[in-house]
Amino acid sequence: MAEERICGKGMDTAEGRTYEVSERKMAQVYADTMIRLMNENPDVAELEADLGACIMGGKMDEIDSYPGQLINCGIQEANMVGVACGMAAAGKIPFAHSFAPFISRRANDQIFISGCYSGANVKLIGSDPGIMAAYNGGTHMPFEDIAALRAFPGLTIIEPTDEVMLESLLRLLVKEKGMYYIRCARKAVVRIYEDGQDFTIGKGIIVREGSDVSIIASGIMTVEALMAADRLEEEGISARVVDMFTIKPLDEELVLRCAEETGAIVTAENHSIYNGLGSAVCEAVCENAPVPVERVGVHDSFGEVGDMEYLKKKFHLTAEDIAIKAKAAVARKRGKYEKD
Amino acid sequence: MLSNQETEELKQFAAEIRIHTIRQMAARGFGHMGGAMSICDLLSVLYGKQMKYDAGNPEWEERDWLICSKGHAGPAVYAALALKGFFPMEWLETLNQPGTRLPSHCDHLKTPGIDVTTGSLGQGLSVAAGVALAKKTNGKENTIYCIIGDGESQEGQNWEAVMFAAQQKLDNLILFIDNNGQQLDNRTEAICNMESLKEKLESFHWETREVCGHDVAAVNEAIEEAGKLKGRPHAIILDTVKGKGCTFAENKLKNHHITVTEEQAVEALEALKKG
Repeated sequence: MAEERICGKGMDTAEGRTYEVSERKMAQVYADTMIRLMNENPDVAELEADLGACIMGGKMDEIDSYPGQLINCGIQEANMVGVACGMAAAGKIPFAHSFAPFISRRANDQIFISGCYSGANVKLIGSDPGIMAAYNGGTHMPFEDIAALRAFPGLTIIEPTDEVMLESLLRLLVKEKGMYYIRCARKAVVRIYEDGQDFTIGKGIIVREGSDVSIIASGIMTVEALMAADRLEEEGISARVVDMFTIKPLDEELVLRCAEETGAIVTAENHSIYNGLGSAVCEAVCENAPVPVERVGVHDSFGEVGDMEYLKKKFHLTAEDIAIKAKAAVARKRGKYEKD
Repeated sequence: MLSNQETEELKQFAAEIRIHTIRQMAARGFGHMGGAMSICDLLSVLYGKQMKYDAGNPEWEERDWLICSKGHAGPAVYAALALKGFFPMEWLETLNQPGTRLPSHCDHLKTPGIDVTTGSLGQGLSVAAGVALAKKTNGKENTIYCIIGDGESQEGQNWEAVMFAAQQKLDNLILFIDNNGQQLDNRTEAICNMESLKEKLESFHWETREVCGHDVAAVNEAIEEAGKLKGRPHAIILDTVKGKGCTFAENKLKNHHITVTEEQAVEALEALKKG
């Protein structure tokens, strides 16, 4: 199924690297992990607002086996978030899922007041972020979910990169208290990490070393960044790639290290360039270690229907777009201002 | 059923809640008087008779919960909590002072005895339903009480929560609607008429009663009756008067948030002390 593909299978590079899409969908990983977590701990709960089948799949048919744990609220995201906050107040560990726009926009004030302001312990799962909404189109395609939530005090924002990270973080989040927004793919994505990889919330990971420019990416853009680095290498530019899967709080230490060690930065996100990863990196760099920064992301646009390849090109979210920005950043670093 | 003595004690407790609510607002010179005054008799019945709590251990597992979704009535709840020993009476002088633990709107993180933070109208009933579901799942006996205003019932989220609570058969949840007929700008019926809240709730499969919200015996009986029916959430619609018991605010339009002068406070407190 073409729409399941995140990147072109087996892109040829000088080193012959290929990036294979996993056999497992992220939704399957989420569903399997949540069921395991609910079996292990009766306080863990998973709430849905009638999009259960979209991420929990056939597990929703077992809803009667998980009373008070697997809960379908109906099409009412605001109430679902409030109920989750109430359950948390009474000692439960709720995960509440809807598509990313309906969590971040529809339930925005509930996340703020019943959640963050109240010191609640709820994990919000927003699925199909950005262009991953594909054929659901502009109504379902949030380029602003991070922006809508990033200024909420105490809210941690995470975008799991692959299946290994998703499972690992879900296990970690059961033990972590506080408000979390997890921006999560449902489709199969490229697997980057090996089993057993350690992840620390709030710490980015250098997935490829480089010295001329750092590409700081999140979500599906991490693989695009790796492919961009392959291309840049062919042109003699050494690009570091950072998987910045925690968007808030930002790993400022790593960002500043990138600024100091490579002298130029490109950010890449499946989100608006406004108030997402790119903005966060710019804030940290401008205040502490000014170097040229170029941002790859969506420029003040609404989404539309299409397959992933079309949408990536349409919104300039390809490896090629990243490579162009990387070259611009390097040129600026070297004193040649070539901003497009 | 309350004995005559209990009834008198609850009336007296309600008067004390009103006195200390007016004093809090008078100390600052302003406050949300109308909607605080209209729930004082309910608070008297809850904290004086019906609710299980431990003032020395506000997070006690076995306690009943109160979610005052109309968070601006916080000062009336603070008066009841202080009178029952959750915190020192002196705190009541600090309402809305910089650094206070008693802000305008109920805040669980600041005030001992406030079970849930509220203030953005329409959210409390969902949280109450979540608490009720968690307790019911765990086989606990706690009763979860929630207070919303009739104006607040215009918020759509309430009706999401109403449907949810019925579907989940949350019979440990009791909702009070402070039906005082007014909202900030005008009479409720002139702005967005909710018509019969009883018929609405019954059509959503809630067991629903209507009583005079200023009759402590009637409120108490309604709560006791509500506890008997299993399998359905309960609503008690309280026929109330906005500003009730406060001479300069009672039944006046635009008494939602008002200034309070020293003279007004003295006059109102005298009237309450006389009964």
